[in-house]
Amino acid sequence: MASAPANLAADSVRPLEVDALVKSFGAIKAVSGVSLELLGGECLGLLGPNGAGKSTVIRAIVGRVIPDAGRISVFGSAAGSAEARAALGWIPQDLAVYPRLTCKENLLSFGRYHGLSGRKLTESVAWCLDWAALQDRAGELAKNLSGGMKRRLNMAAGIIHRPRVVLMDEPTVGVDPQSRIRIFEMIEALRTAGTAIVYTTHYMEEAERLCDRIAIVDHGRIIALGTNEELVYTAFASRSQVTARFAGSSPEIAAWVERRGGKMVDSAALFTIASSIEIAGLLEDAAKDGLELADVSLRRPNLESVFLHLTGRELRD
Amino acid sequence: MIFAIVRTAMAALRRDLAALALSFVLPLAFFSIFAVIFGGQHDTVPRIKVIVVDQDQSAASHQLVSGLERDGSLAVSTRPASKAKEPRPPEFNAATAEAAVKAGDVSVALVIPQGWGQNPVSFGSADRDPGIELLNDASDSIAPQIVAGLLQKTAITAMPSVMAEKGTQYTEQFIGGFTPEQRKRAEANVAQLRKFANTPATSGSETSPAGPSSAGLIAVHARSVMGQSQNKNIISFYAAAIGVMFLLFTASGSAGALLDEAESGALDRVLSSRVTMTALLAGKLTFNMLLAFAQLIVMFLWAWGVFHLDFFSHIPGFVVMGICTAFAVAAFGILLASICHTRAQLGAVSTLLILIMSSIGGSMFPRYLMPPAMQHAGLFTINAWAIDGFTKVFWRDLPVTALWPQIAVLLSIGTALFFIARRIARRWEFA
Repeated sequence: MASAPANLAADSVRPLEVDALVKSFGAIKAVSGVSLELLGGECLGLLGPNGAGKSTVIRAIVGRVIPDAGRISVFGSAAGSAEARAALGWIPQDLAVYPRLTCKENLLSFGRYHGLSGRKLTESVAWCLDWAALQDRAGELAKNLSGGMKRRLNMAAGIIHRPRVVLMDEPTVGVDPQSRIRIFEMIEALRTAGTAIVYTTHYMEEAERLCDRIAIVDHGRIIALGTNEELVYTAFASRSQVTARFAGSSPEIAAWVERRGGKMVDSAALFTIASSIEIAGLLEDAAKDGLELADVSLRRPNLESVFLHLTGRELRD
Repeated sequence: MIFAIVRTAMAALRRDLAALALSFVLPLAFFSIFAVIFGGQHDTVPRIKVIVVDQDQSAASHQLVSGLERDGSLAVSTRPASKAKEPRPPEFNAATAEAAVKAGDVSVALVIPQGWGQNPVSFGSADRDPGIELLNDASDSIAPQIVAGLLQKTAITAMPSVMAEKGTQYTEQFIGGFTPEQRKRAEANVAQLRKFANTPATSGSETSPAGPSSAGLIAVHARSVMGQSQNKNIISFYAAAIGVMFLLFTASGSAGALLDEAESGALDRVLSSRVTMTALLAGKLTFNMLLAFAQLIVMFLWAWGVFHLDFFSHIPGFVVMGICTAFAVAAFGILLASICHTRAQLGAVSTLLILIMSSIGGSMFPRYLMPPAMQHAGLFTINAWAIDGFTKVFWRDLPVTALWPQIAVLLSIGTALFFIARRIARRWEFA
C-alpha cells in the first residue's frame, strides 16, 4: 500500500469533487448518488466488479456523459469546461490511439488537440515517450506494438498535456504481469510528481498497491470508502477468515455452514473468527456432524474479503 | 454440412441489413434508372432546342422557319424567352445565337443568311453560297445530324411552291421554254402550293420521325462553335464525370475514419480535449476537401499528359470548380459518416447513393441525351452541377463569372450537408 501524501488536506480547492452523481441509461441506473472527493496528490481507487458504474463516473468527470443529477467540479470548475479539460487527463479503458500513426505521431496529435505547440509540444512528447519507456519505439506504428506497449502509449496520450488530475480507467486490462509491473512504475512516477489520480480497477491487489484511499463501488453506489486498513478494520475489526473445503457438495453441507454463521463461496465455506482458537471448535463440530474436511486455511481479511462481506459476492463476479 | 454453412450465411445476411439492401435494392434502382433513360424515350422524345436566325426575311425563309416551328421534333426559338413583366427581348442574331450554343442553352442554331431566298434550293451542291449556317455544340453529336435531316425534310414539305418554282426554272433552263398555256398552268399550281404551304400541317406530319438526310436540297454549312477538337471536349467531360463519381467514393471512405475513431474510443478522447465536435467535423471536412481537390488535379493532369487536354489555359476555372466540387463532396462524405453507425453500413449506403447519383447526374451517361424529366432529376445531384461547371470551363471556354450558378449551388449543397451532419453528430457528443 502506498503511503498517503503529506498534502492530503492542504488545498482549499479540491482537485475533484463529485456530489450526488446520478446517471441512467434507459431503464438501467448506472450511477445512483455517487459522492467523492479527490485530495491533492492523492491516488483514489474505485474498486468494483465490471458493470458497477466506475467507468460511467469517470466519463461523467471528463464531460463525456451528461449526469441526470449531481455536480462535478475540477479545481472549482464545472466538468466539461475548458478549465476542467485542461486540468484533467483521461486514460480510457479502450486503446484510444490512431493505429496507423506512429507512437510519436499519436502523441503529437493528442498534444495539439490539447493546445500544445512548438517547443512545449516537442518536450512533452519526449517526456511522455520516456515516461512510457517507448523512446526506442517512437517511430513504430501503434498497430504494430505489443499489447503492453499499446497500453503504455494509451496512457502516455492521456497525460501529454501534463494534467494535474489523471483519471485512469482500468489501464492494465489484458496486460501480461511484466507489463503490469511496468505500468505500476509509471503510475508511481506520476504520484511522485504530485499528480492526483483516480484509478478504477477490479483487481484488488492493484488498489492495495497503488491507492491511498479506496472507494468500493457496487451497483452504481459507493458502499465503502477509506484506506485499505480502514476498510478492512471497519468490516472485520481484528477478526480473521477461515476457508474450509469439505469432501463432496451436498445441500446439508451448505445448511451446516449457514448454521455455523459462514457463507458458501465457490464450493468453499467461509467463516469469520475473532481468534484462531475458534478453528479447533469448527473442526470438532464438523467431525461430530459427519462432514469430512478436505482443506482448512486461515488468513487475514483483505479488500476481497471486504467486498465479499459487504455484497455477498466475490469481486470477480 | 453444406446446408449448415448456407444456414449460417443466411443468418449473418439477415442481420446485415445494409448488405441485404445492396443485394436487392441497388439492382432494382439501377434497372429503373436506365429503363427510364433509355426505355421511356419512345413515349417522350426529347425535342431538340434550335435557335433560328432569319437574316433573309424572304418568303422562302419564312416558309422554312414556319415549317421548322411546326415540326414536333424541334423546339424552335427565334428570340430569348421573355420574363414576366419585362419587355419582349429582341430576336436572336448570329452572334447571340452562337453565344447561346456556346453557353449550352441550345444544341444547334440555324442562321439563314441574307439573299438565301433568291436561291434556296441547291439540288446537291452544298458548296453553293449562300447556304444555311448550322452552328452546333460538339458535346451533342446527334442533334446537328437530326436538325440537318429535318431541314431537308422541311424544305420539301414546307416549301413546295419554292421547289416547284425552282423545278420549273431548271426545266426551262435545261430542256427549253414552256408554251404560254404550260406556263399558265405551272404558275397556277405554284400559287396553289404557296396557299397550301401557309395552311397548318396535320398532326401526323408533325410527329412523323425525321428520315435520313437526303443531303443536297438545301445547302447547309455546319460549324462547331466549341473549337474543332471534339475528342478533347469528350475527354474533359469524362475527366469531370468520372472524377466526381470517384471523389464521392473517396470522400465517403475517408469520412469513415470518424466511425473507426468512434469505435476505438479515440473520438471520445479527442472530444475530451480542447477539440469541439464542430471543430472536429470542420477539420475532417477540410482534409476531405483537400484530398478531393488533389484527386481532381491528378485526374486533369493525367488528361493533359496522356490525352492532351488543354489544362493550363483553364486554371482559374478549374481551381474555382475544383474547390466548390471538393467542398460539396467532402460535406457529402461527412454527412454519410454521421448517419451511419458502422463501416459496413457506410460502405453499403454510400455505394447505393453514389451510383444512383452518378447515373442520374450524368457521370455514367451524358445528361443532355436523357429525357427531360431525368435531366431535371439530375439537378438534385452534386454530379450534375460539377460536370456542368467543368464543361463550361473546359468545353465552352466560358469565363469564371459564368460559373456562378454552379458555384452557388455546390457551395449551398456543401453548407447544407455539413450543417445536417453537425446536427446528426450530436449523438457522439454526449451520452
